[in-house]
Parts: sequence; C-alpha cells; structure tokens
Amino acid sequence: MPSSDAASRLTLDELKSRLDDIFYLDIVGGRSYERLLDALVLLPRPKQDFALHWGKVAARTDVEIGYLVIQLAPEALRTMAQPQAERWVIAALDEYDGKGARAAVASLRDIGAGARAGTALRLDGIEARLAHFVQGLSGRPLQIAAGAGGDGAWTDTATLHLPAQIAAADAVGRYKALAALLWAQTRYGTFGAGLEETLAAVGEPARASAWLALLEALRLSARLARDLPGLGAALADLLAELPPQLDAARATLARPAASVADSLAWLPRLMDCAPPAAAPFGPLRAQLAMQARAERIAQDKLVLRRAIAGLVAALGKAGSGETAIDIAMAADAGELRIDGEVVALPPDGRAAAQSLIHDLGEIPPECMTPAGPGAWTPTAHDGAGPTAATTTAADAVYDEWDYRRRAYRRRWCHLYWRDLPPGDAAYVAEVRRRYALPIRQIRRRFEALRSEDRILKRQPDGGEIDLDALVAAIADRRGGEDADERLFVRRSRDQRSLAAAFLVDMSGSTKGWVNDAEREALVMLCEALEMLGDRYAIWGFSGWTRTRCELYRIKDFADRYDEAVQRRIAAIEAKDYTRLGPPLRHLTQLLLREPAKHRLLVTLSDGRPDDFGDEYRGQYGVEDTRQALIEARRAGVRSYCVTIDRHGADYLKHMVGPAGYTVLADVAKLPLKIADIYRKLTS
Amino acid sequence: MAIENTQPRLSSELHALAPQLETLGDEPYYRPCGGEVALFEAAWRRRLPVLLKGPTGCGKTRFVEYMAWKLARPLVTVACHDDLSTADLVGRYLLVGEETAWLDGPLTAAVRAGAICYLDEIVEARKDTTVVIHPLADTRRALPVEKRGELVHAADGFMLVVSYNPGYQSVLKELKQSTRQRFVAIDFDYPSAAAEAEIVVRETGVAADVAQRLVRVAELTRNLKGQGLNEGASTRLLVHAGHLIADGVAEREACLAAIARALGDDAEMAMAIDDLIRAVF
Repeated sequence: MPSSDAASRLTLDELKSRLDDIFYLDIVGGRSYERLLDALVLLPRPKQDFALHWGKVAARTDVEIGYLVIQLAPEALRTMAQPQAERWVIAALDEYDGKGARAAVASLRDIGAGARAGTALRLDGIEARLAHFVQGLSGRPLQIAAGAGGDGAWTDTATLHLPAQIAAADAVGRYKALAALLWAQTRYGTFGAGLEETLAAVGEPARASAWLALLEALRLSARLARDLPGLGAALADLLAELPPQLDAARATLARPAASVADSLAWLPRLMDCAPPAAAPFGPLRAQLAMQARAERIAQDKLVLRRAIAGLVAALGKAGSGETAIDIAMAADAGELRIDGEVVALPPDGRAAAQSLIHDLGEIPPECMTPAGPGAWTPTAHDGAGPTAATTTAADAVYDEWDYRRRAYRRRWCHLYWRDLPPGDAAYVAEVRRRYALPIRQIRRRFEALRSEDRILKRQPDGGEIDLDALVAAIADRRGGEDADERLFVRRSRDQRSLAAAFLVDMSGSTKGWVNDAEREALVMLCEALEMLGDRYAIWGFSGWTRTRCELYRIKDFADRYDEAVQRRIAAIEAKDYTRLGPPLRHLTQLLLREPAKHRLLVTLSDGRPDDFGDEYRGQYGVEDTRQALIEARRAGVRSYCVTIDRHGADYLKHMVGPAGYTVLADVAKLPLKIADIYRKLTS
Repeated sequence: MAIENTQPRLSSELHALAPQLETLGDEPYYRPCGGEVALFEAAWRRRLPVLLKGPTGCGKTRFVEYMAWKLARPLVTVACHDDLSTADLVGRYLLVGEETAWLDGPLTAAVRAGAICYLDEIVEARKDTTVVIHPLADTRRALPVEKRGELVHAADGFMLVVSYNPGYQSVLKELKQSTRQRFVAIDFDYPSAAAEAEIVVRETGVAADVAQRLVRVAELTRNLKGQGLNEGASTRLLVHAGHLIADGVAEREACLAAIARALGDDAEMAMAIDDLIRAVF
C-alpha cells in the first residue's frame, strides 16, 4: 500500500470534527458515534469521503438516516461500486420521502437489495419511453402505472400495470415484452363479452383468472412474434418462466387462428393445479377490464356520434331525426359515407372509431345516427377553477431538485391554483393617471415594434430597385465618383410570434413598497403589451412548504386585459413564502402549450427563494430554482429574472445563470424600467 | 468621346438569367393510388387549378412531375417560404450596366410558356404573395404584371398547381378561403401498406420483406402522431431507409438514421421509436 494513501486518510481527530459538523452533538439518538469512528477510520480516503458526504446529505433529511448511512457505508462499499452505492442512499431517501423513516431504515439495512436495486431498472426511468412505445403499437393512449407488489403485470385495458422495477440482464426488453403482451390482451380479444361469466362457470374464478392470464400469454406471444419479430427473444425469455403444466398447450395456442376461446378450452385441464405463486403475469382482472372497456366504448360512441353529427350539420342535412340519413362506414373505419357522399372524419372521431374497432371488432350500428347537440361536453369539468375551500388534491405535482443528492425528489411539490378576489376597480385607472406621461412614451416606443413590413432602402440585395439610389449612383458615376452599389429596396418583416408569461412574487417579503411597485409595473407592462399584441399571461405565486405551493391567476393567455384582470392586478398582495421552483416549472408547461415561435418566461421577485421551515431558503432553494430554469431552457423557453435586491448579487449570478437577469436596487424604478426591459428582450 | 462599350449585349446576358423551361425526358416513377391521375387530367383539360393536400413525403411532388411528363408540359416548381415576395414569383427589374432590364419570374415564365407551375407548400408564402395567383386561378387566367403595366394571358396548357400540408396545426399556417376555393382539391395520404411496400421496393431495390417491415415501422410511428410526434414517418423516409439498406447499411442502423432521428430530437421519443424499430426488425 503506498504510504501516501495512509497519509491522506482522515485521522480519528479529523473524522471526529467532520462528524461534529454533521451531527452537532456527539450523541445521536442516544448512541455515541464511537462506532462510526471505528467503522470509518480504517477506510481508504475516497470511501471515507463518500461516507461523510452521503451521511451529511442524508442527515439533512433525517439525523438517524444520516447515522445509518455512515454506519453501513463500509459494508455497502464492499459489495457495491460508488455510483451504485449512491443509488442505494438515494433509494433510501426516496423511501423516506414517500413512506417515512421506517421504510428508509429498512431499505438501508437491506444492503443486498440495495445492490440489486442499484442495477435494477426502475419503471419511472423508462415510463415515458414505454408510453410512446405502446402508443405506437396501439394507436390509442394507454396509461402506464407501477403494479401492485409481486402480483405480476396486469391491465384493465386502459392502464398497463407493470412491475415498479426489474432486475434482469435485459430489463428494457422485459419491460417492452410485458407491455406488448398486455397491449395484446386489449387488442386481440382477451376481454371479449361475457368473460366474467365464462370464468365463473369454470368454478374458482381466482384460480381460473390466474391460469387464463398465462394461457393468454402463450397465445399472444405467438401472435406478437409473428407481427413484431424483434420482440421474439424477450418474449421467449418471459415464456421460459411459465410452469411446465402449460407446455402441452403451447402448440395449440401458437396457431395463427388461435383465439381466446382456445385458451378458455384449455382452462379445465389446469384447474386441478394451483397456479404458480410468482409468474410474470398476475391473474386477469376481468371485472375491472370489462368496466373500463364499457366506459371507453360508451365514450367512444359518443365522440363518434358527435363527430358524425358535426359532419351532417356541415353538409346541411336536416338532423332532426325524422328524415332518415343514410350513414355507412367502411369496416376499417377508413371511409364514411353520408347519403352516399364520402366524407373524412375529424381526427378525434377517427380515433374513436378505431378504438371501437379495437374493442368490438366493428363499428356498432347505433353509432351511425348523429348525436344531438350537447350530448357530450368534454370541457364540462374545466369551467370555474376549484376554490381553496373545495380543493383537496393538488392541481399539479412537480419534482424538485435536491442538489445534494444530485437527483430529483419525485412528485415532491404540490401546486394549487387559486383565484384572487377582485380588488379595487379604480386602481388601474389611478395608476394610468399617475403615469400618464411614461405610458404615452412607452406606447410610442412599442408602436414601432409592431409587426409590420418595414422597407429598407439602399440594400446590397433585394426585391426591388431603389430608384433614388440608382439615380444617385448614375449621377455619381457620370461625375467620375465611386458609385454606391447598394441599389435595392428590401422588405423586412419581423413577425412577432411570441408568448410571454410573467411570474410575480407574492411572498410576505414583498409587503409594502415592493408589492406596490410590482402592481404598478404590471399596469405599465399591460399597456405596453396590449400595444404590441403579444400573447401574455401573468401569474402570482406564493406558498407555505412543499405541500402548499400556490399560483394565482391574474391573466391567462386567453384572458383579455379587461376589468376583471385589472381588478386582479389591484388585488395582488403579500402572502407567504417564495418556493420558486414549482411555479417556474408550471409556467414552463403553460408556455409550451402556446403556439408561438418564441417563448419567454419573466420572473419578478424580491430576492432569494425562501420557504417556511425546511431547507429551501438556503443553497437548496437556489439550486432548485437554477435547475428549474435549466429545464425551461432545455424545453425551449427563454427565461429572464428581474430582481429587486439591494445586496443580492452574490447568489444571483449562479441561480439565474441559465437565464438572463436584471437587478434593480431601487424599487421605485421598477414600473418605469419593466417595459424597457421587455422591449430589449424581444426586439 | 464615347468610351467603347465592353459590356455583353443585354439580350444574351438576360437569356442566361431567364428561367429555362423544358419538358421532362424520362418518365418519373409514380404509383397511382386512386383516381388522382384521371382527375388531374380532367382538370388540366378544363383549365382548372389544382390543390394537392397531404402530409409531407407522401408523393405530391412526384405526382406533379409525373403528370407534367404525361401531359408533356414543362414544369416550373417554386418552393414557397415565408420570405417569398411577389417579385420572386412575377419578376423584377435587374440592373445591367446603367439600365434596367426586366426578368420574368418563374410564375410569369410558366404563364407565357403554357407550363405547369407548381407552388410547393403554398401556406409558407407571405399572405400578400398568395394573392397574386388569384386572377390566374379563375376564369380570367391572367397575370397582371403591375411594374410593367402588362397583363399576361396564360398560354394554352398553363396550369397552376399548389400543395399544402394540413397537418400544420398553427393558426398562422392556414390557407385563406378566398384562395382555397379557387382550386380543385385532391387529397393525398400515405399509400396503403401493400402499395407503399411496392413503392419502396421499386425506388430502392430492397427485398419485398424488408420493404414490408419498413412499412410496418412507418405505421407504428404514425400511431404516435399528435402524441409527441407532429408527423409519422413519411413514404419518403422509408425510401431513404430503403436506399441505405440496399447500399449495405444494417437494417436497424438505417432505420435509426433515416427514420428515428429524422422524426424529432426528443430523446425519449427517439428511444421509443428505436424500440418500435427493434420490435419489427
């Protein structure tokens, strides 16, 4: 062993002082940390560093967990490489976030499982990809969810329930094979009409459902292997785990013509044996599936009939129901004829028709009558937003970045939307009067920015000849001078395809001057933006811990700048804390839905992110905000922060580095500066 | 004393600049998928302009080339973009020496020569540009060239063809009613699976089963349209993949390059498309 390693190793005293830093006291939960010192002192330096770093990270969440991480780190590092051991700690912290201290301790102690989890593929890491995959297979969206425990995969035909994690050499392949087989259940007739009754007739429905799931896996994997040969190897791996009682059925069910009836025919031969305790597929849940299927069929029928009604109306046919209209659809939903005229279904109608063919094998004839108006209102539920009193579930849940773990805390922040009570109607008019002169100036400056053709004269190239320039050039040349060669006129059009969202800090620290300045700034901004015609939204935010982050709608993209909006601007007031990450993430999502070439997210705040009690006010909040801004930039949203903070600039550069920013030392300047800042950003 | 004019003669220089209109020599490969050929011929005989609708890469441009060949007309193709000005279509004065000289734009040239003028992706053009085709697209069949004070009447055989992709969901990219109602519209879509496989075989020379699998991949990606993809894989992409395979690139590699990566930049989506490709190949 080279002596340098021993020399760089932390001594007992150094370790003790590091542990003091982490735990503050030398007693943790009644134990001395002598044991930790014993465990650490003989480790090589990198492992000591690992244990201390992750112990410190975990201790921030819970001191006990931190203690345990350091205590178990030597053993963990014997069996795992460092990156894997990192995942071991993060998995435990996730458990803590989700289920509490007891689960976290159990997860840490089970180092063997930690090692397995370290290599296992978690569903949430591959979920989006799998969702696209099954959408590609099926042509209609299927939800993906982590399955319940060791029951094996199952589906209710709307959601595919898959294992939360898979530890296998080809975990991705296994996930794909499971998902494809479950999709095949929904596509190739496993849940035909009367399945529940048939299963009940066999006796012992639980056992029958379990066996039928495995028989269907045989039938459907043969079917899939023909259609999607690339999945063959992964499917074969799955089938290898099926119990030997099924071997006799393989050949029959692999025939191209095999249907669910063949699987059902085999069922009685298996009913004497208990189904295997652990199989890749859980028992079929016929009742849930039939229910989901019935709901979907009813919904699809309505959508289709509504689409047909729209077409009938568009064709000018009387849809009173008394005059019979001849409507017929080709078997593959490819063509619809109304009174012999071929018409194209709108996309939602076509999707519904295809979905019906998946479920029923045909378009039910009752769909061929148009639904009356108002039969179904898809937007019925998103009328008036929920109020604080009625809201129980969060309107949105967002991940939060924990810089110490270098990982997201999943579904960590609960975001609610709230409506501001209308404020003083006279407020905006009063601000307008007070700032009449600056508003006039702003309007004039912004008028010049509006999207119009500008004619640029004397250009080196362009669509037209600049006759003035030409005459001058000829005159110059005749006079023996060098002639200007820029003889063209060019039209230049800056089309402003821009959507801007403004996020306004409504935390307690804005009380007073800052809040006044923000409200006035918003009035000035609205004046300017109305002149420009850009699409814009204004949201306020505040909150109280991660379980109550709040967004206040002041103006949504679709809202007009009317009295209601003006009253809400007047009603902006200082509330609680500044957890900046979740509102940034949500506004990024809102902006992405806007059909604009450029998307801009502007934050108005009065300083450092901060939240009640927990660690958000420190480096943690700065890092999460930074991460949210990086996410926005990756998604194609440009962000900009306007901060009122006299002594802020130290952390700001790091926090808003991914965005651009302006720091205003003088609050009173905000209303006058804001429009100019916006103009510079967008011209 | 006059300085000797060393400039080339105006007419010969302009001749080099003027659009060259020629008819296509060899028959372009096109596989009809319905009654579109007969419809187009009827429209041409009756002097009606035609609007081709359909997703990108489904054969609109090839169809126009084929029809121009079949009708033995010269073909002038203009790819429209959002900076396409009226002058780019109609023509402009150029400076030659100290004089101005008029140069017909592609549209004017086609009108005079009785060619087929194909404006590809017409919605991309500026709104004010789109309007100049209006008098050509009704019974007047004339193109006013305002700068010269000239009204150019279309020669026999002239036909205006425009195309657009209704897949654009943007409100900014819609064809005005006053424009679209001047045209006979022909809908294009991806060919049926069998026809598409036939096209891939014919265009690239890959084996029939490879072509069928390429088509299967395309169908799977078309299921993703609107769910993260703006468009599924077009026939054109399949032909690209087929070319790569015929040239010895491994099948999956070819699909990855020609299809998965061409469809979008989203990493998760690219992986999902790769999964679909792997499931088929």
